[in-house]
Amino acid sequence: MSADAPSYLEDGYTLRSWLFTRDHKRIAVLYAVSITLFFIIGGCAAALIRLELVTPQGDLVGADTYNRLFTAHGVIMVWLFLIPSIPSVLGNFLIPMMIGARDLAFPRLNLLSWYLYVGGGALTLCALLLGGVDTGWTFYAPFSTLFSRSHVIVTLLGVFVVGFSSILTGLNFIVSVHTLRAPGMGWFRLPLFVWAHYATSIILVLATPVLAITLLLLAAERLFGVGFFDPALGGDPLLFQHLFWFYSHPAVYIMILPAMGVASEIIPCFARKRVFGYRSMAYAILAIGVISFLVWGHHMFVSGQSVYANVVFSILSFMVAVPSAIKVFNWIATLYKGSISFTAPMLYALGFVGLFMVGGLTGLFLAALAIDVHVTDTYFVVAHFHYIMVGGSVMAYLGALHFWWPKISGRLYPETLGRVAALAIFVGFNLTFFPQYLLGYEGMPRRYHAYPAEFQLLNVLSSAGAGILAVGYLLPLCYLLWSWFRGRPAGDNPWHAQGLEWHTRSPPPKDNFDAPPDGGHDPYDYRPERTT
Amino acid sequence: MTDVALLPPAASSIAARTDALFYTLVGVSAAVALLLATLAVVFCVRYRRGSRADRSRPPTDARGLEWTWTIVPMLAFVGLFAWAARDYARLTRPPADALPVYVVAKQWVWTLQHADGRREIDQLHVPLGKPVRLLMTSQDVIHSFYVPAFRIKQDVLPGRYTAIWFRPTKAGTYHLLCAEYCGTDHASMAGGVVVMPPERYSRWLAEGDRSVGMARQGQALFRERGCVGCHDARATVHAPDLRNIFGRRVFTQDGRSVVADETYLRDSILEPAKDVVAGYEPVMPSFAGQLSEQDLMALIQYLRSDLNDGGRQAPAARTPEPGTP
Repeated sequence: MSADAPSYLEDGYTLRSWLFTRDHKRIAVLYAVSITLFFIIGGCAAALIRLELVTPQGDLVGADTYNRLFTAHGVIMVWLFLIPSIPSVLGNFLIPMMIGARDLAFPRLNLLSWYLYVGGGALTLCALLLGGVDTGWTFYAPFSTLFSRSHVIVTLLGVFVVGFSSILTGLNFIVSVHTLRAPGMGWFRLPLFVWAHYATSIILVLATPVLAITLLLLAAERLFGVGFFDPALGGDPLLFQHLFWFYSHPAVYIMILPAMGVASEIIPCFARKRVFGYRSMAYAILAIGVISFLVWGHHMFVSGQSVYANVVFSILSFMVAVPSAIKVFNWIATLYKGSISFTAPMLYALGFVGLFMVGGLTGLFLAALAIDVHVTDTYFVVAHFHYIMVGGSVMAYLGALHFWWPKISGRLYPETLGRVAALAIFVGFNLTFFPQYLLGYEGMPRRYHAYPAEFQLLNVLSSAGAGILAVGYLLPLCYLLWSWFRGRPAGDNPWHAQGLEWHTRSPPPKDNFDAPPDGGHDPYDYRPERTT
Repeated sequence: MTDVALLPPAASSIAARTDALFYTLVGVSAAVALLLATLAVVFCVRYRRGSRADRSRPPTDARGLEWTWTIVPMLAFVGLFAWAARDYARLTRPPADALPVYVVAKQWVWTLQHADGRREIDQLHVPLGKPVRLLMTSQDVIHSFYVPAFRIKQDVLPGRYTAIWFRPTKAGTYHLLCAEYCGTDHASMAGGVVVMPPERYSRWLAEGDRSVGMARQGQALFRERGCVGCHDARATVHAPDLRNIFGRRVFTQDGRSVVADETYLRDSILEPAKDVVAGYEPVMPSFAGQLSEQDLMALIQYLRSDLNDGGRQAPAARTPEPGTP
């Protein structure tokens, strides 16, 4: 063993050594820094939205400013934070190590992905600085093509470019998992984190091009008056919605599948027990990936789409909940007869399971046709998808960041602060978003900067929750930054975790492993008796 | 209505049904969530690190259990789907005697017209207990007609018709909101639906400026725009007879058949080449850009009304009205 080889962090200290790196681990760190910046910008927009909604009148910001704020919040959080979050940061860092490889299959392409992401993100920021966009992140035509007088084209271009970063990352993961597994590593030896990213990558590669095409059609109609979507030009506005949701519904699973992968690594480690029902977990991931392509029409139950289409999309949407339910059952069953310790990552993972369960159960309400007619386009929907995307994905992202922090930085984060932050986020999140379910059933539509007075109480509660949530997010930002430079050295495997990524040094050497990794390695070889 | 209402008023025949389904789902979800949360908490406490709980032979899978918790939710989901779909089907089938109201949305105004011609802005007066059907279109972007108290919502699209119906069951004034983001003043594209007892509704209708009923407006348009010139049986041009056209099945030149509903009539006026009736030449010119959405709705109301005689009284109508050249 050449334990003297420098860690990936010690392999050059110049800016150049970072900006031209082909090391998947360094690229992951580059992603982590850039998505954090966008998370802060998107979070500021959310803070202003919640402040405006404290009073029923539109008094803090005007209607046009508010419309630009929620559009910026949506565009940034979806494309510049959530979609790249777990895959591009943790997937990038961990997949090669989990499969026992030295890097991804296409290291240069990986770096290109990051540059495309930064380029697209910069374009989107340009649109914001020029005065913003007011179409909502959904860009519905014909509003976005003929009626909006804001910077639609620059934003479309930004999202279009970021899309290619997604496609390349997905491609890289697929090829790597197929070709770079350590000799002897069968598919059912892969950690569920890798399975989840494999399914995610397939969605990225198949769905994102449809988004790219849709955005081009939108641009052609707006710039050149080619009638794709506007009926005045002979187009069909529902065509836009079909194309948009054909991408954007699977995109929800791009955000949640990796989060499921994270929970499936953290929970067995801190329960000291093999993940329950490994195979059914893997099959559930694949089932979700496949069915996710067949449910987009549930965003359009009141759009004027045909009644028959509505009925078919409704039953399919109920069906996609089956594999999701299986996963929740399996995580809870993993706790049975375990030996559970409540570290910060475990608190995040358990919080993820709870919030994902609430988000999933309320998804059933939206799949139910008669209820959806009432609550679609209200705060009920806003609450539902925030439970999945923020309660689910962001919780899991933070859990993952804490769990693999010793691996990435070689240092420990302050455990007490970590637990406090996880609790603050859980409480703040529920206080922010649970009242929104009630608001939605009461009938408050989304995207309103001013609202009827009877909705105020719940809005004030929601805004108060957002305050707690903001503190919860600022804490890890501060102490992780501190830990990066000053944290206590972690040792190679502070959690006694079984994943192959822990069977090397922390932080890992540039080529990941000092000795060739064992392809027959069992990533869930935990036993309750063995205490940490 | 109180200032703080946790639940919206339920004021339509649909509302109680939707609420029943909603509360059932709330009950089921809460029970499931509670069960799972309890299990998780019990496991977390019982099997916390260092506890003396029995951990012998921990299961890593259990076929029977796994099949159970796959099949049972699936069956439950199918049941919920069917219940919700059945209620939804009601929403799509208005009673035949529903009062027609014609809705045109534009940034950021609702214009509603009753069959008798009375027009309202951002307000809709309807009689208690009578079904009302809205035929809706937009002049610009997509809007959405939403009355939370009735539990109904329907997007309103440019270039085509969508419809929705309701039967109010409680007198009062309820929010009418736009639920599809439509630009700057989306949040103020709001108004009210006023449900009044039938007698008061009739009085309300009578006290309005007694403009001409929509069918009469449509009849006038039918003559002025020259529709009679071809569609009258005595005309020299060979064009389909429009008596009793509404709701009839029409066979087209290319072998399809379509029901002559509002959308068909609208398309036939604006894009005559789309569904040419079998046995006729495609000679009709398009009226796109010449008729407003309100004009089109008046024509449709005329074609479906008792006044529709296919232009029989046409010759009388050709005598110029006073003031026209």
